[in-house]
Amino acid sequence: MTTAAVADPNHVTAHGHGAPGHGDGGPASKRIVVSYGFWIFLLSDIVMFSAFFASYAVLQGATSGGPSGATIFDRSYVAIETACLLLSSFACGMAGLAAKARNTLMFQLAMAATFVLGAAFVGLELKEFAGLVAKGDGPSRSAFLSGFFALVGCHGVHVTAGLIWLTTMMAQVWAKGFREDIQRRILCFGLFWHALDIIWVAVFTVVYLLGTTPMVTTL
Amino acid sequence: MSDRQPFWIKPPRLVAATLAPLVLCGCSTAVLNPAGPIGAADRTILLDSMAIMLAIVIPTILCGWGFAWWFRASNTRAKRLPTFAYSGSIELVVWSIPLLTILLLGGVIWVGSHELDPAEPIASPNKAVEVQVVSLDWKWLFIYPNEGVASVNRLVIPVGTPVHFTLTSASVMNSFFIPRLGSMIYTMNGMSDQLNLKADKPGIYAGLSSHFSGDGFSGMHFAVDAVTPADFAAWSARVKSSGPALTTASYNALAKQSLDVAPFTYASATPGLFENIVNQSIAPGPGPKSGPVPDVSPRQEAAR
Amino acid sequence: MNLLGKLTRQALPLDQPIQMVTSIILGLVIAGVIALVLIKGWAPYLWREWITSVDHKRIGVMYCLLGFVMLLRGFSDALLMRGQQALALHSNGFLQPEHYNQIFSAHGTIMIFFVAMPLVIGMMNFVVPLQLGVRDVAFPTLNSVGFWLTATGALLVNISLVLGEFARTGWLPYPPLSELQYSPGVGVDYYLWALQISGIGTLLTGINLVTTILKMRAPGMQYLRMPMFCWTSLASNLLIIAAFPVLTATLAMLILDRYLGFHFFTNDHGGNVMMFMNLIWVWGHPEVYILVLPAFGVFSEIFSTFSSKPLFGYRSMVAATMVICIISFAVWLHHFFTMGAGADVNAFFGIATTIIAVPTGVKVFNWLFTMYGGTVRFTTPMLWSTAFITTFVLGGMTGVLLAVPPADFLLHNSLFLVAHFHNVIIGGVVFGLFAGYTYWFPKAFGFKLHEGWGKAAFWFWLVGFYLAFMPLYVLGLMGMTRRMQHYDNPAWQPWLLVAGAGALLILVGVLCQAAQLVISIRRRESLRDVTGDPWDGRSLEWSTASPPPHYNFAILPNVEGEDAYWGIKQAAKETSHPADAVEYEHIEMPRNSPTGVVCAFFATVMGFALIWHIWWMAILGLLGAWATFVVFAWRDHGEDEIPAERVAREDREDRWRRGLPAYEGASA
Repeated sequence: MTTAAVADPNHVTAHGHGAPGHGDGGPASKRIVVSYGFWIFLLSDIVMFSAFFASYAVLQGATSGGPSGATIFDRSYVAIETACLLLSSFACGMAGLAAKARNTLMFQLAMAATFVLGAAFVGLELKEFAGLVAKGDGPSRSAFLSGFFALVGCHGVHVTAGLIWLTTMMAQVWAKGFREDIQRRILCFGLFWHALDIIWVAVFTVVYLLGTTPMVTTL
Repeated sequence: MSDRQPFWIKPPRLVAATLAPLVLCGCSTAVLNPAGPIGAADRTILLDSMAIMLAIVIPTILCGWGFAWWFRASNTRAKRLPTFAYSGSIELVVWSIPLLTILLLGGVIWVGSHELDPAEPIASPNKAVEVQVVSLDWKWLFIYPNEGVASVNRLVIPVGTPVHFTLTSASVMNSFFIPRLGSMIYTMNGMSDQLNLKADKPGIYAGLSSHFSGDGFSGMHFAVDAVTPADFAAWSARVKSSGPALTTASYNALAKQSLDVAPFTYASATPGLFENIVNQSIAPGPGPKSGPVPDVSPRQEAAR
Repeated sequence: MNLLGKLTRQALPLDQPIQMVTSIILGLVIAGVIALVLIKGWAPYLWREWITSVDHKRIGVMYCLLGFVMLLRGFSDALLMRGQQALALHSNGFLQPEHYNQIFSAHGTIMIFFVAMPLVIGMMNFVVPLQLGVRDVAFPTLNSVGFWLTATGALLVNISLVLGEFARTGWLPYPPLSELQYSPGVGVDYYLWALQISGIGTLLTGINLVTTILKMRAPGMQYLRMPMFCWTSLASNLLIIAAFPVLTATLAMLILDRYLGFHFFTNDHGGNVMMFMNLIWVWGHPEVYILVLPAFGVFSEIFSTFSSKPLFGYRSMVAATMVICIISFAVWLHHFFTMGAGADVNAFFGIATTIIAVPTGVKVFNWLFTMYGGTVRFTTPMLWSTAFITTFVLGGMTGVLLAVPPADFLLHNSLFLVAHFHNVIIGGVVFGLFAGYTYWFPKAFGFKLHEGWGKAAFWFWLVGFYLAFMPLYVLGLMGMTRRMQHYDNPAWQPWLLVAGAGALLILVGVLCQAAQLVISIRRRESLRDVTGDPWDGRSLEWSTASPPPHYNFAILPNVEGEDAYWGIKQAAKETSHPADAVEYEHIEMPRNSPTGVVCAFFATVMGFALIWHIWWMAILGLLGAWATFVVFAWRDHGEDEIPAERVAREDREDRWRRGLPAYEGASA
């Protein structure tokens, strides 16, 4: 008996999960684990953006005889873009609430609104890019424009990927309803979409606002 | 950087003893056998830092062997302390020993970095010789702006006179290094670096690129002739008398990729050429154009 | 318009005998293995139980297998390099520059990304959930995706042997050499896409393990009760999350330069090569700690287990780990002191670097004091660990030496540097991985590795290592720089010959390891571990069977202190009342899924197509990968339920086999 008990792992403490009075209560629920993991992913994504921000900041003055930010950025145009994205975030929030209330119609409408506004944002951005390239101010023109196209484009690619994810979620809810795992995915999508908003606020400030404020461009 | 003896204390005997086999290899351990003040000061810091660290590293290694051996399971004389897992005083000691070592070393780093900043001119009664260095695929070009001559893969400098190098690259990165004279520095296209060196003894020293730069990298070495000032003057006069001229056109020809180039000289060098390379009004050197399918796997035809 | 992009018959290296012969041998070996699997009828088993497995233990084992296979490739490259340098005095040796340059680039890339990383990640994957006392990682299917994407990267690197070329730019492709102008070949593209794809896998692992450690621990497993290996894994994975996105961004910039004519790092139009160096080392230096911290964790476990003592100064060790984790982001500039950044900048980063030596030193001292007063058993894992102390302390010292800028001005990029980082990576990471491999092997497979062959491997490795790398220190002091395909200094050759001999001794060590594995498998019955606790371990992985059941623990353990299992064993010695009654419950386990391997298939297609500019195929690969995820998201049953009766029956059988008493009145 004694030798056997020596190697007995659960001898004293065989209590299943959630035994009271012993510190933390064991693994967290799936909902918490999934959203926590997704938060960490978002953090890593923000780190990646920070590398693009840093390179943009370094290359801002390297116009190589090409145009600077002040001459190519149109604040009011970008303001419309920004409005689209912020409104889409609002619509996305509504979709989250609808999902919580398990209201399919509200959810699909809100997601559709999110999609339209998001697609408008991407469309406006593409139009800005196409205009620049047509004028010969594409990313190959100068290191500054490379940094600009990469930073703003990276955000645009994220939004586009978000749009694809969004339509997939709409289809899933349509086909499968508000299953538990689908609810978790909707939660993650919401986090993703809002994070893109936050990154856009930074892009708007660093690229478009500071880029067209004369005092700062001379720095 | 001054010419006087470095202020560092002489490395303790322990280090000298440890390194004796290396030093005995004589001039082959180029880095430990400097021929100029910068190399000597670099080496002193190297040895001092090593001495500081060996003072803690050797006892640690010995403790590692000692503890493991003494507390081996078969040693009946060892006193077992199966629950000895914490001691505040030991923790204090194990945090403070490395901390104090690093404090000391930090001082060496701070002072050393400033004293031996490559851009810092060497104080000397003699006026520094100016040399502009361009690393090309895969050879070195040395332009002497004041003498108006240039040399490929051979650097001639006067002994006892500081040499001020301004360095750039025609294409990819390289690093300019003469082990027996001391500090190396990168060369990069579109910008220039500064380096100050001095040779105290006449001789021929090896120079090389110490940053990988492509297929011809291994052949990218040069001889450094440290000669008396009189010989230096004679050399520059001799170079001036014959040979091709270094112009933008001949520079562009030189900038094409080539392997294992034998040393030669230019009788004249167009003023401002170096500045034009740095500000890129002369375009960066071309890349590989050879091989069966250059956009899959370009190849260089070896010269040897 | 060519449908196959740059891919023509000329991409085959028909004029390169070494490459061709290697490719043919490799092809035959792969064909042989596939044939064997098919003939023996193993394919369905492999598919069901391994390839589509989402079990963290199986994925961990597959990571390690990938690491060991790639170690053979990376080590062959090393032998070629040592051979070339031993011979290439005044001559071209047997490798032309364009080939030699590929070999050292592949050697570094493979050893870091496809040997060290998979082995480290594999070990964390296998051990961490077991040590935390839980049944799986947070995201089992993503875990599988991560593994298969890493395998994709390894596959792409090996394809470069047969089609086209690999990068010739070193393991970090410094521009402008790696830009299209100076490297128009496909080599750099192989490097870039292999790393981007496997980098996604690594990032997924980082997210997965951090979430697992922070959110999924057995009841009572507070942070300061976690085994040291879990702490170092946490630190390492936090570094992955913070550092790998920078690598992704940096390589993306180089890709944009090469594919779309951007000017991030080009010579012209304002590109900035110095930015590349900064960005790549912002990732690169933490990467060193991503590798070495888990190895530190392994040593902590081993020193404590084989000294039969708790780890000395546990809290101090935790603090040291986290300090290293943070400071590792403030030292990157020491990789280019010779760029001419100025004295203040160099001094700052030099001092920051030396500060990292403080927590590292603390760790070494704490390991020493773990042995102090212990009962030290010299098994193979312990031999690796004691050799590690000496080797790593030496390597650490030369590292600090290189952090002193004026010393670095003499030794940067020299063979001294090469000796230094092999000294810490082999002495630290590789020794740690071999120690951990021997230590946890019985847990994974239920039998120990043969000690005699293990010890022989250890001695050959150790002597070979010192013989191979100490001469490189001397060569560095002689002014020999790294990556030379030939040289003209006769004084260097004797040392290079010694280094070559050292590499051959390491080869004997590797062969001993292979023999150890084969012999251990053949004698597995006599090496069998029936207890589940062959080393008298201290953490929870030893409390379950070897190999553990699919669900790790029939009942999640309840943790009441540090060294959880040791405490349980001690308590069991002191009290003699029989095992408590337990209530077995049904267990939900994630269902196996081919998502990972299918996704990796499409990633391979996409990566290959991008390297060769076959655009239609790249789009197809991307769509395929996306479709795979949609199909995965559409499935209705993600989990299998194991009924309580089965858990109870299996656990009773298992406890009977291990000689443990059945739980009193245990009901299902």
